[in-house]
Amino acid sequence: MKLVIINYGSGNLHSVHKAFEAVNNNLENPYEIIVTNTPSEILNADKLVLPGVGAFQDCKNAIHKIEGLFESLEEVVIGEKKAFMGICVGMQLLAEKSLEFGECEGFGWIPGEVIKIEAPADYKIPHMGWNEVTFRNHELLNNISQNTDFYFVHSYYFRTQKNENCIATTKYPNPITAAVLKENIYGTQFHPEKSHNNGKQIITNFLEWEPS
Amino acid sequence: MLKKRIIPCLDVDRGRVVKGVNFVDLIDAGDPVEQAKIYNSEGADELCFLDITASSDDRETLFEVVKKTAENCFIPLTVGGGVRTIDDISRLLHHGADKVSINTAAVENIDLVAIAAKKYGSSTIVIAVDAKKNGDKSWNIFTHGGRKPTDIDALEYCIEVANLGAGEILLTSMDRDGTKIGFDNELLSTVSSSIDIPVIASGGVGNLEHFVEGVLKGGASALLAASIFHFGEYSIKDVKTYLAEQNIAVRI
Repeated sequence: MKLVIINYGSGNLHSVHKAFEAVNNNLENPYEIIVTNTPSEILNADKLVLPGVGAFQDCKNAIHKIEGLFESLEEVVIGEKKAFMGICVGMQLLAEKSLEFGECEGFGWIPGEVIKIEAPADYKIPHMGWNEVTFRNHELLNNISQNTDFYFVHSYYFRTQKNENCIATTKYPNPITAAVLKENIYGTQFHPEKSHNNGKQIITNFLEWEPS
Repeated sequence: MLKKRIIPCLDVDRGRVVKGVNFVDLIDAGDPVEQAKIYNSEGADELCFLDITASSDDRETLFEVVKKTAENCFIPLTVGGGVRTIDDISRLLHHGADKVSINTAAVENIDLVAIAAKKYGSSTIVIAVDAKKNGDKSWNIFTHGGRKPTDIDALEYCIEVANLGAGEILLTSMDRDGTKIGFDNELLSTVSSSIDIPVIASGGVGNLEHFVEGVLKGGASALLAASIFHFGEYSIKDVKTYLAEQNIAVRI
């Protein structure tokens, strides 16, 4: 089984890779982890991870700059319904559009838009640090307790159009989407690769997940 | 609720951990990767490496340390010290740093802040400010590891870099650094109340009450400390337990 981590120059690629590797090494049937941006390798993936930090538009442009990358992703994720996980901006890209630095279209895989966090004046932006997550029961959140802290760092968030696509939230002090899910497409706003043991559990759950 | 972060800082010289008292008198306190692993397991919320290696010939050791740390510690790692160019930032990030802290280079070329924030995201760019009191509610910044004075007002500078896209300010009081008499909470609150981005308190922490004051009086989002942890006076857990008892939200 092949797990592909998409390399389009994202700043957290190394951290994501190392965390997935550490978790994968403990699995009974470890994946072959491939870090790549080559369409032919993406087309052979059994699972995919899209990291992302920085501005929405920059990430999107970086993906589209690599010929055939987006098309191969779409083929595997939408066409073949392979399990996909986006992290931080990699999750936000799933939205229809973002309002960060003007309007920018996203992948449009999950209905909703990425908007600025609205918080009272004494709340610092970016929302940076460890915050509690509450969630709906799902195997992707197995062995995680309600109100577990995860590491966040972002100024915009994914407001899903449908409640059913938001499976986890945090509060700052208003509710903020912490994880989205639509069929085989999953994403976390927080950084599992930086969330210590609970983050590793999130990665384990994704590696063990078989979307129906 | 968002937790107040406790960040142990390791000063690294040619791949070894040291901590200066008032920026001189360095005392060796061990291997950075081993120390990082301990802090990671003890519940540190982030780690900070400050590279103080003087010679650029010896700086390669830092990349190895960052790489090994990132392979072992799954919490955010900030690396600073001697970061001059976009290429420096890029190399640190690719070796596993999650955030890069910039000090002197941002003062000398303020455009670097905007360029770096645009390229790697605000959340990746920490601006480190070394400030020294020069009068009533007034502080000037120093560069070159606290050796070179400037005429630049610390508050105005922090506001400017925040507007340019810095994600966080690491604010060190040079008056307090190494003294163990507590953070300069006046400095912290002056800056923190004037900018939207988080401020990390640094310099002067000597006991558990100082951490509480940094939050309540200084308005800090995160608290950085070095020698108090390295020499085992208090553990991360001691600090967090104490903060929790004072009703300050921390990750236990």
